[in-house]
Amino acid sequence: MSVQAWTFLLVGLSFALYIGIAIWSRAHSTSEFYVAASGVSPLANGMATAADWMSAASFISMAGIISFSGYDGSVYLMGWTGGYVLLALLLAPYLRKFGAYTVPDFVGDRYYSQTARIVAVVCAIFVSFTYVAGQMRGVGIVFSRFLEVPIELGVFIGMAIVFFYAVLGGMKGITYTQVAQYCVLIFAYLVPAIFLSLLITGNVIPQIGFGGVDQASGTFLLDQLNDLHRDLGFAAYTSGEKSTIDIFFITAALMVGTAGLPHVIIRFYTVPKVRDARLSVGYALVFIALLYTAAPAVAVFARTNLLNTVSEQPYSEMPEWFSTWEATGLISFDDRNGDGIIQYVGPEARDASGAPIENELTIDRDIIVLANPEISGLPNWVIGLVAAGGLAAALSTAAGLLLVVSSAVSHDLLKRSFMPDITERGELIAARVSAGLAVGVAGYLGINPPGFVAEVVAFAFGLAASSFFPAIIMGIFSKRMNREGAVLGMISGITFTAAYIVYFKFINPGANTAEHWWFGISPEGIGTVGMLVNFAVAITVSRFTPAPPPEIVELVERIRVPKGAGEAHETSA
Amino acid sequence: MTNSSDRRDLSSRNYWRANLTYVGALMAVWFVISYGAGILFVEPLNRFHLPGTGFPLGFWFAQQGSIYVFVALIFVYVYLMNRLDREFGVDEGSE
Repeated sequence: MSVQAWTFLLVGLSFALYIGIAIWSRAHSTSEFYVAASGVSPLANGMATAADWMSAASFISMAGIISFSGYDGSVYLMGWTGGYVLLALLLAPYLRKFGAYTVPDFVGDRYYSQTARIVAVVCAIFVSFTYVAGQMRGVGIVFSRFLEVPIELGVFIGMAIVFFYAVLGGMKGITYTQVAQYCVLIFAYLVPAIFLSLLITGNVIPQIGFGGVDQASGTFLLDQLNDLHRDLGFAAYTSGEKSTIDIFFITAALMVGTAGLPHVIIRFYTVPKVRDARLSVGYALVFIALLYTAAPAVAVFARTNLLNTVSEQPYSEMPEWFSTWEATGLISFDDRNGDGIIQYVGPEARDASGAPIENELTIDRDIIVLANPEISGLPNWVIGLVAAGGLAAALSTAAGLLLVVSSAVSHDLLKRSFMPDITERGELIAARVSAGLAVGVAGYLGINPPGFVAEVVAFAFGLAASSFFPAIIMGIFSKRMNREGAVLGMISGITFTAAYIVYFKFINPGANTAEHWWFGISPEGIGTVGMLVNFAVAITVSRFTPAPPPEIVELVERIRVPKGAGEAHETSA
Repeated sequence: MTNSSDRRDLSSRNYWRANLTYVGALMAVWFVISYGAGILFVEPLNRFHLPGTGFPLGFWFAQQGSIYVFVALIFVYVYLMNRLDREFGVDEGSE
């Protein structure tokens, strides 16, 4: 069977599965629609959280980024997993005990303030749409490359599927589809990783294999890669180039941002008990770690394969995958010295006489995971599987984000702010309509991606880190934190972070280099400073303004002990 | 009456203090492994190898070890808190 036939078959089967689950798990009440009636088992929720969290960026881009940046790529590995420790220890159990439907619900009730609620709603919607645009682009890439349909049609099919199960099933439908999507995506990720590890190192476990010996040369794979990098003028693979302070701040911003992302937080409202919430974060991280510990192995295998295949080889002898990916524009070769041989070199490359060598090959890092099976000559069905896995990763995350947008509109804006008299039935209809509209907007963004999608991802994490995270933490751990402190803290944290990112990314991109950054902290890492600004402003302001009313202090005392957590419910402030 | 509510206050204060101690200790490990071994001291650690493998030690902590430790930390916390909840009679099974 051809690659395309396999891809159609596997993608088609996985889509049929998602639709079947959607029909089986329709939502009948707002509680089912928002939080699956808090009836999800911790294990199922762990899988759903893993699929919810691991997006097109984790599945398609991350190994590629690590493959091209070596040690520097560690910021994503540590940043996107370390945040779960914060979630388990500092957030999830207490938010589950509080038992609301959304993140703005908690912020609004804890700080007895509509202003706080609206600020939180705006942040939640902005963060989620930013993210969704990226997912839809991922769907488009997979469709256009593997199924050779136009990107527009690909996005449209993806949207139709998400529309079907998100609008019909709400959180309940999304949860059980995400469980299925996790299974598809982890299988699709690990199969090629295991194949590669066996081929190159003879070890069946990729996580161990990439620290092992290359069977062809008999030397350690990582030593060999470092030597190759040095010869070709790249920075050593295991050391990287970024400054320590920047690595530190980016990692912190990603960790804290992860713990503050609303679509991740709301997953822990769906389990029955506080202790389930704690355990569920643990399961989620195990499922995430399966992919995240394999990614750096894939990165090393791919990098080695790539350098061995293209470096100093005649262009005319490139294998078939080279020209297929050239056609998509993701690989391009420009024979600057006209010798017909590919010089793929780093900035430090010198020839025998000491003159610099020009690089002739540009490779988009997104193709590393997608093209890896072809580069290594794996069977056709593995290639089709990778396509199905990429789609599962993108669609599961998109659905979780769309639910945040829909509940922010129907619950936080309508029910809790502007139309408190809306009936249960009315709210459920509003939730479905806003989910439908959100799918439409996301589809539009996927077909007409704004040029700045990549830039605004830093925004999403920075915003979550500098707004939600401090507000929620202080809401739980400080009885003295009041409305004034929290609102001003969130506003100053966001404003500071947004100003720094907007300046370097949009107003003056030419100055976006280490010597112009404050203390050498890049826009990707500035969310950490924004978080500190938020904490400082909030604590100072709260000392000079009235303490929160006694019923709020009681609320804080109540959420600190697990006993008595019912189903997530309508809270009354 | 006052007596028993005082005792309850004292008990919940002790529960919270024990929780904060656990959180503090686990967060310290979290910090030392990721920010310490994986970032601040990565260069000196890279002079050593994970025994029997080609992994420079600092690099291994940054791309593998820290993730395994994160997973372990959460399960240790789950265990400690379940035990603490039972000790103070605030676990959800006893409702």
